[in-house]
Amino acid sequence: MQAFISHAGRVAALPRANVDTDQIIPKQFLKRIERTGFGECLFYDWRYLADGSSNPDFELNRPAAADATILLAGANFGCGSSREHAPWALSDYGFRAIVAPSFADIFFGNCCQNGLLPVVLPELEVKELLRRAAGAQKFYQLGIDLKSCRVRDGAGFDVGFVIDPYRREMLLHGLDEIGRTLQQESRIAAFERSRLASREASVS
Amino acid sequence: MARTLFTKVWDSHVVHQPDGGPALLYVDLHLVHEVTSPQAFEGLRLAGRKVRRPELTVATVDHNVSTGDRRLPMADETAARQVAALVANAREAGVELFDLDSPEQGIVHVIGPELGLTQPGMVIVCGDSHTSTHGAFGALAFGIGTSEVEHVLATQCTVQSKPRTMEARFTGLPARGVSAKDLVLALIRRIGTAGATGHVIEYTGEAIRALSMEGRMTVCNMSIEAGARAGMVAPDGTTRAYLAGRARAPRGERWAPAVEAWSDLYTDAGATFDRTVVIEAGALAPQVTWGTSPGMTAEITDRVPDPADAPSEAERQSCRQALAYMDLLPGTPLEGIRVDRVFLGSCTNGRLEDLREAATVARGQRVATGVRAMVVPGSQAVKAAAEREGLDHIFREAGFEWRNPGCSMCLGMNEDVLAPGERCASTSNRNFEGRQGRGGRTHLMSPAMAAAAAVAGHLVDVRGLMRGKSGEYAD
Ligand code: SF4
Repeated sequence: MQAFISHAGRVAALPRANVDTDQIIPKQFLKRIERTGFGECLFYDWRYLADGSSNPDFELNRPAAADATILLAGANFGCGSSREHAPWALSDYGFRAIVAPSFADIFFGNCCQNGLLPVVLPELEVKELLRRAAGAQKFYQLGIDLKSCRVRDGAGFDVGFVIDPYRREMLLHGLDEIGRTLQQESRIAAFERSRLASREASVS
Repeated sequence: MARTLFTKVWDSHVVHQPDGGPALLYVDLHLVHEVTSPQAFEGLRLAGRKVRRPELTVATVDHNVSTGDRRLPMADETAARQVAALVANAREAGVELFDLDSPEQGIVHVIGPELGLTQPGMVIVCGDSHTSTHGAFGALAFGIGTSEVEHVLATQCTVQSKPRTMEARFTGLPARGVSAKDLVLALIRRIGTAGATGHVIEYTGEAIRALSMEGRMTVCNMSIEAGARAGMVAPDGTTRAYLAGRARAPRGERWAPAVEAWSDLYTDAGATFDRTVVIEAGALAPQVTWGTSPGMTAEITDRVPDPADAPSEAERQSCRQALAYMDLLPGTPLEGIRVDRVFLGSCTNGRLEDLREAATVARGQRVATGVRAMVVPGSQAVKAAAEREGLDHIFREAGFEWRNPGCSMCLGMNEDVLAPGERCASTSNRNFEGRQGRGGRTHLMSPAMAAAAAVAGHLVDVRGLMRGKSGEYAD
C-alpha cells in the first residue's frame, strides 16, 4: 500500500451531504477486473452530460478544482455500497486525501486500505474550509500532515484531527495488513484447533 | 457480566486482541461474488498467497448476470469476462461456486440463508454492504471492501475495531398491509442514513419476534442504509424452524448440539446498549421513499415535503436537489404519483414470501396500461418454489414479466435499467440518483405496495386494495 505521511495540494470542494458510492463510481464501471483505470469514470453521471461532454456546472469541472489532490466533502461521504472501486477511482483521479465532517464506515476503511487519507474535521471547520476555498483568488491549497495530525492552509487555518492509532500507523508506513496478520499464524491455527475440538466434543 | 447478543458473538471470535488496537476476528463463512472479488484473487496471486480455508468460502454470480434467457451466452463482454474470472479463481482456489447453470445460483444474500450456510452465532463477511442480511439469524455479518476480501481469503480473519451497539425496538404489532420493509424504512426515516454509523443494531420487540425469517432478513438487510455495520436478531424458534433440514445446516446428530450452542445467543437481562431507539410498529402506515436517499421516506398517506420545512440549510439544499432529481413538487400527495416501471426483487425483497405477498395483490388484476413490471426472484430455488405454487402464472397473467434470478434492476449492472426520467416502484434498498439507471427515479416500498402500484399505475396505499378484496387477504 502507498504510504501517507504528509501531503500538500489543491483543494476541490464538493459541498454535498450523503454522497454515495454509486455517485462516486456508477455501476456500469464495476465490471473491470483490474484495480486501475477508474479515474476517468469518477463521478461519471455528474461530471459528464448525457452526450458525454464535460458538465461545466459540476464542482470538479470548475477551473479552481483543476489538478486538485484534496477533496473537501459533505457529511456521510461514501455511504452505500462497499465497492472499493470508489477509493480506487478517487485515487486514480489524483486525490490523496478527503476532508469531511463524517464518512460511512466501509468507505472509510476502504480509503485507508489504499493510502487515501480520510480526514474527519468538525462540521464548523469544514464550513470554514469551504468558505476559504470559495474565497480563494484562483486555487485553494491545504497541507495535511499525518505525523502531527494537522490540517493547515498557511493562512491561519491550523486544526488538528483524530484518527485511530492503528490506521495511522498502517498509513504512515504503508504496511501490508495481510502480512501483519499472517504473523499471527500460530494464534489463528490455535483458534481453529480449539473450535474444531469443541465442535467434535459436542457431537461425540 | 451481562452481555449483548453482539458482544457474545464478537467475543467468541476474537483470535487476538492487541492492547488499544482493533481485534483480529475469525470468519466462519466468506461469501464471494463476481464484482468485488477479481482484484482480491489477483492480489493473492501477485503476493504468492493461497486461500487459507477454501471450504469456508462460497461463491456465486449475481450482480452483473442477465435475467433473460440463460441458454444464450452473456451478451455483455466485460461482464462475461468478470464471470469467467470468478469461475477460474474459484476453480484454482478450490472454492465452491454456484454458477449460472447451478440450481443453487442466486443473489448471495438469498442463497446463504436458503442453503442453511448462514447460521446463528457465526461471523460472516462478503464484499457487499448488504451482508447485514445474514444478521437475521443472530450472526454477526458485515460488508467489507475488496482489500479486506483479499485479507479474509488469505487469513480467514478480519481486522475490526469493535463497533458500538444500538437497540432498535419495535413495540406492538404492525397493522395488516404494513410489512418488514415498512418497519425498517420507518427506522431509517427516524434516525437518518448515518444514524447508526459505527454501530451494530440489534432489532428487538414484539414486532420483530412476530416476523418470519424472510421479514427479519428484510429488516437486517437495510441496516446498512441507516449507516450501521450490521444488524442482528436473536435466534428463536422461528430461526430453528427455518434452518431445520436445510442442505448445509447441521443435520442428524449435529442438529441437537448446534441448537444447544445457539441457545445462549440473546442479550442478557441487564446488558446495556450504547443507544436505544423505540418505534411503535402499530402506528405505522406503509412507507415509501420520495427522494434520493433511503432516509427520505414518508408514509403513503403523506405528501411530498416542502424543503422550506427542513431544519437546516444543508437539509433544505439536499431536499431541493432530491425533489428536482425526482421531478416532484412539494405538497403533492404521494398516493397518486404515476409510475412507469415496477421492480419486484433484490436481496431485500426477492424471497418466496415477498413474491407471495405481491402475488396476493396481483392475483386477478392487470398491470396498468403503460407500466412495465418485472419480477426477478432472488434465487433459482425461490424461482422454482414460486413456480411450484403457480405464482409465475399469477404474475404472468397479470402482465408482469417473470425473469431469471440476479440483482437485476436493484443496481442495473445488467440490461435491466430505467431509461432517463422513468419512475419506478421498487422493492430494492437504494433510491440513490442513477442507481437503477442514469436519470431513473426510484421509490422504495414493500412488495405488496409495489404490486399495488403496478396495478394502479401510481403509488397507492395497499391497505385500500386489501379492504376491497378482504376475503383473499385473510391471514
Ligand atoms: S440485490 Fe442489490 S443490494 Fe442486494 S446484493 Fe444485489 S445489488 Fe446488492
